[in-house]
Amino acid sequence: MSQLPVILKAENVHKSYRMGATRVNVLKGAELAVQEGEFIAIVGASGSGKSTFLHVLGGLDRPDKGVIQFNGRDLNRVGARELNRFRNEKVGFVFQFYHLLDELTVLENVMLPAMISRSVAGWLAGRRTVRQRAEGLMEQMGLKERMKHKPFQLSGGERQRVAIGRALMNEPKLLLADEPTGNLDSATGNGILNVLDTLNKAGQTIVMVTHDERIARKAQRIVTLVDGRAR
Amino acid sequence: MYKLTLIIRYLLKRRITYFATLAVALCVFIVVVVMTVMSGLVGQFKQKNHEFVGDCVVGTDSLVGFPYYEQFMARLNDSGFVVGVSPVVKNFALLNLTNYDIKKGVEILGLDPVLHSQTTNFAQTLHFRAAQPEKAFVPINDPNATGCVWGVDVILLRNAQGQYSYGARPPRLSLTLTGFPLTARGALAGVGSNPARTESFQYSDYSHTGIARVDGSLVYIPLEKAQELCMSGQEKRVSAIHLRFASDVSVEEGTRRVAELWSRFKQEMAESPNSGLLEGVSVQDWMRYRRAVIAPMEKEQVLLSLMFGLVGITTVFIVFVVFHMIITNKRKDIGILKSVGASNVGVLTLFSGFAFGVGLIGSCVGTFAGWLFLARINRIEEWLFFRFGWQLWDRTIYAIEDIPNRVEPEVMAVIIASAILACLLGALVPSYQAARLQPVETLHAMRT
Repeated sequence: MSQLPVILKAENVHKSYRMGATRVNVLKGAELAVQEGEFIAIVGASGSGKSTFLHVLGGLDRPDKGVIQFNGRDLNRVGARELNRFRNEKVGFVFQFYHLLDELTVLENVMLPAMISRSVAGWLAGRRTVRQRAEGLMEQMGLKERMKHKPFQLSGGERQRVAIGRALMNEPKLLLADEPTGNLDSATGNGILNVLDTLNKAGQTIVMVTHDERIARKAQRIVTLVDGRAR
Repeated sequence: MYKLTLIIRYLLKRRITYFATLAVALCVFIVVVVMTVMSGLVGQFKQKNHEFVGDCVVGTDSLVGFPYYEQFMARLNDSGFVVGVSPVVKNFALLNLTNYDIKKGVEILGLDPVLHSQTTNFAQTLHFRAAQPEKAFVPINDPNATGCVWGVDVILLRNAQGQYSYGARPPRLSLTLTGFPLTARGALAGVGSNPARTESFQYSDYSHTGIARVDGSLVYIPLEKAQELCMSGQEKRVSAIHLRFASDVSVEEGTRRVAELWSRFKQEMAESPNSGLLEGVSVQDWMRYRRAVIAPMEKEQVLLSLMFGLVGITTVFIVFVVFHMIITNKRKDIGILKSVGASNVGVLTLFSGFAFGVGLIGSCVGTFAGWLFLARINRIEEWLFFRFGWQLWDRTIYAIEDIPNRVEPEVMAVIIASAILACLLGALVPSYQAARLQPVETLHAMRT
């Protein structure tokens, strides 16, 4: 593993939030290096800044200080357009509450990243390929029969698998999962972890945030966030 | 592509969208109906005034009138661009219905029916002599007598449907008109003995111009009789000359050329007796000449437009509130979209497109409903009248037959465009706020 290149690197990352009249320093020099193909779990107590760290790593938020490098490129130095493209193509997010769009079908939710990156003309030209890719992912997630359903018609585990499918749609180099099993019962959660494990074995780089040490043990490496720093 | 898909889904799947669309449709419906009816009324009124007056009037407000009109008429006839010239005397007289004990003050209009029919729509306003304007003053009941034409409302009452009971022949009515002839200096001609002059007439026809004030007060008599009743002196005088221009000459251009001719004519006649009377004569196109009656109606239309401008502002506000609610409700979607790479511009376009959709569908529904309603407005009014006795305009009072319902495509296009613009304006601030939302803020909010 040590020979594989580092695709994501966080150095001395600081992030604070205003909470009412006070300012809360969430990250105080957090550091992390993610190698290609790695499965990392970030653990920490509630409020330790795990999700904030994940959002900063995935370009959903910008750090107050510090450097986030993806494939050697400093994310702080890229413009809004490039950051949007980074979120669309290079990373895939899986959230605790699935965050699917209620108006779209399961298949459309999976295709969403591809729809965002294409104009109407581009979509018309490449929709067959996109659809095939989405259907393949749904099959991989065991949801082939649910493609035309709406999210509200699915169980929690099924919704999370749809969310994983969506995250993988544009074949991102990095999958970021924020408490992916946090809203699921144990059996369903294990199913999701198995999916992530399978993906990792196929070469997918994954960074997962969890507060549960037992779930974290599924990962190859565990990073603990304590007092705003990664250990 | 996601924008188009989501716009369509938001339009079809969100109940609140139906309310926003309905609000827009309702506003558009009201504006279409009221603007069509109002602009129809104003348009009809202007057209009737145009037809009543002709294209241009060379005239004076003075009851004394002005002389040398025949010379000027000859010039107009030679000018090539004037196809109708009609001298008239406008004055007041006392009407006495001989067989009845009815006396009332009336406005008289002395004219040559043939010349006036070439200049205005006088012939078409007649009931019995519409095809023979030369016989307008020849009473059917007594061809040897001097006839007079009455504004239809002077003598007839309309029924609730706005129709007159004309009868097969004009009623046999004798009347006298008493006027007070004025000299060229404006003095009463018959001072000392009897300043009034009375002429007898037989009633010959009705005139229905559709202009309430005209039809309710005007009595038309032969030009020479009007001159005898109201004017005295060596030179014959008239109050005005009505003109109609050739079809290829615009009213503005024709009026300008007549004003030039009049100016030259006035200079040439400067040394003639009573030429001072020519000074008070003005050349006006029909709109200016009738501005006293047209302007209030136009003002009413402007006021109505302003009021409906307020309706437009209300639409903007409704759309703003609805979109604010929708976008507050859609914060989650915005966070999700941004987390998978949607840009600020993309989110702004998404919600603006949604507003455009609401505006387009709402205005199309409202316009169609308005058109449908207008197409049946007279039948609906008729039904309401027969069923409940309710009438929008009392036809015994207002000079309209049908409620105007001709839909102008240009007006429709403007209303649709305005409704869409109102929706875009209403959605502008909420869409902008949505576009500026940080994905982390919305995702955090959903966790807590």
